Amino acid sequence: MMKRFALATLLLSLVAAGAVMADAPILINAAGATFPYPIYSKWFDVYRQKNPAIQINYASVGSGAGIAQMTNGTVDFGASDGPMNDEQMKNFKDKRGVAVLHFPTVLGAAVPTYNVPNVKVDLNFTQKALAGIYLGTITKWNDPEITGANKGVNLPAADIVVVHRSDGSGTTYIWTDFLSKVSPEWAKKVGTKTSVNWPVGLGGKGNEGVSGLVKQTPGAIGYVELIYVIQNNMTYGQVQNADGKFIKADLASVSAAAAGAAKSMPDDFRVSITNAPGPTAYPISSFTWLLIPAKIGDATKRDAIKGFLKWMLTDGQGYNEGLQYAKLPKLVVDKELKAISQIQ
Amino acid sequence: MATASSTFEPAAPIHTGPRSFLRRLTDGDEIAHLITLVFASSILLVTFLLLYRLWADSADARHQFGWHFFYTSTWDPVSGDFGALPFIYGTLVTSALALLIAVPLGLGAAIFLAELAPRKISDSLAFLIDLLAAVPSVIYGLLGIFVLVPLMRTVVAPFLKATLGFLPLFQGPSYGVGLLTAGLVLSIMVVPFIISVSREVLLSVPSDQREAALSLGATRWEATWKVVVPFARTGIFGSVFLALARALGETMAVTMVIGNDPRIASSLFAPGYSIAAVIANEFSEAVGNLYVQSLIELALVLFLITFILNGLARILIVATQQKGMS
Repeated sequence: MMKRFALATLLLSLVAAGAVMADAPILINAAGATFPYPIYSKWFDVYRQKNPAIQINYASVGSGAGIAQMTNGTVDFGASDGPMNDEQMKNFKDKRGVAVLHFPTVLGAAVPTYNVPNVKVDLNFTQKALAGIYLGTITKWNDPEITGANKGVNLPAADIVVVHRSDGSGTTYIWTDFLSKVSPEWAKKVGTKTSVNWPVGLGGKGNEGVSGLVKQTPGAIGYVELIYVIQNNMTYGQVQNADGKFIKADLASVSAAAAGAAKSMPDDFRVSITNAPGPTAYPISSFTWLLIPAKIGDATKRDAIKGFLKWMLTDGQGYNEGLQYAKLPKLVVDKELKAISQIQ
Repeated sequence: MATASSTFEPAAPIHTGPRSFLRRLTDGDEIAHLITLVFASSILLVTFLLLYRLWADSADARHQFGWHFFYTSTWDPVSGDFGALPFIYGTLVTSALALLIAVPLGLGAAIFLAELAPRKISDSLAFLIDLLAAVPSVIYGLLGIFVLVPLMRTVVAPFLKATLGFLPLFQGPSYGVGLLTAGLVLSIMVVPFIISVSREVLLSVPSDQREAALSLGATRWEATWKVVVPFARTGIFGSVFLALARALGETMAVTMVIGNDPRIASSLFAPGYSIAAVIANEFSEAVGNLYVQSLIELALVLFLITFILNGLARILIVATQQKGMS
């Protein structure tokens, strides 16, 4: 009985494999950022079901590796949490002879999480406070810069233990980008990148490493992805935005940041939306991008990629919030839909 | 063997020379010789290719920083300034700590299991130890984070500060994570290697060595410590180097408990960083030629450290052997 069943399964899978072979799908390879991997794999999966002829494989190898693989031509398109800089764009053009286009896909955000003894409420962080803490100039929880924004909270005189990501990450990129914008000293001394030379603090590997260290160390503060805190029901702080309001990060306030920045969106979409204007905008937000060569020689591949982009910007956005990713605002979607025609 | 000879059966009747190449082939000796030769040289080839790639892919970084790479301690991906010293320091200190703890512990356990414990207990314990050696390192890292780190912060560090606090090694704030914690986790990870290999080596010491010592009036312990252990010395050293190699290259468990801060501090409580950890952490998101090349050069440095330490180990073995002979 068992044997016959096994045989039947084998035959069936052979037939299925044969069917797939006969109708070979258009294989498209992509590689890059890990942060949007859950939504990307959902999109590619759903899109495959709707268009069985198109199969997109995505390797979440990290933004840097994604850019490198795309530049070397080993994948059809890449994905990155930070926009490519001018040097990388030039490098790509030198090697491949075409430009590269950026397409924002979803939004992410980084939030401060902390472990202050006997404090259970959501704390407010001014921009100066976060910059001071990460520069190492604010070292106590009862520093006036922190207590001033948290009237009525009894903050202890405990030392602040700064925690950051040790692995190169898009979250670090957003966080340092925000600090660079709000603190000239940070911009000069440290700067913006997926890994930086941290003035103070301990490094934890991944969101789980940072939150683990914060949970275990009294007086610690760290930053993690918004998705991670939502999925794990963690408490996290509100951050002062460009309009001076303290905003708690959620999908709406992150989308609001994108909408605030959309009006001044450059045509190549390479824009940072940290500290974006708007009363409800969460200031430590960012796009994540698909990187697509402006010229794709293989016409079937080109049409497949363009078709996917169109679907991703319209129907695909409906899957975002189920996975806790913020949607692109309409203004950005419309602009991107127009930009698809630049792929030739 | 059987299939090999049957395959060549038709050729067998042709006997021209006394031992033609074909004849030697059919005997199987030549085949075995060739196959094992290929396998052995493949190791050489892999090592050489590895070294070559690391060397070639770090050309720009080597050119840019020269020897400065070894003794500067800035690691700034933003400005593109890279120095390896804090990582070399962290790697060496954690590995040394691990051996400092694991060697006495592992050797003691191996001696007990091989010489003193009843065979049944010895065999079943050895099985458990081999299991320990097979635990993935991320498990040790997680145990480190959730068990060892709080213990270090609340119990071990205050105790060390109270008793040995006069030493600069045990001063300064303790976050739980740091060089000492990483060394401890590493020692737990490498101790099974030392026990397992040393036990096998001790067991393989011929029993007439023991009997001779005992018949000369040595006590059980004297026979073990003065005869059996020196006899097995080379194998025991081998187990220690295996442990050292594992400690130098360990990535996951170390990065979870070391604190990942590229700074050189005198205190063992301070966070540090190891070469393997920084490569694993930063390589996937490293952007820009010099940054990637500097990480590859770090890999080259780790290769070099392993090479030098192994070389020193060989010299040590030869030196002690000669002393033992004379």
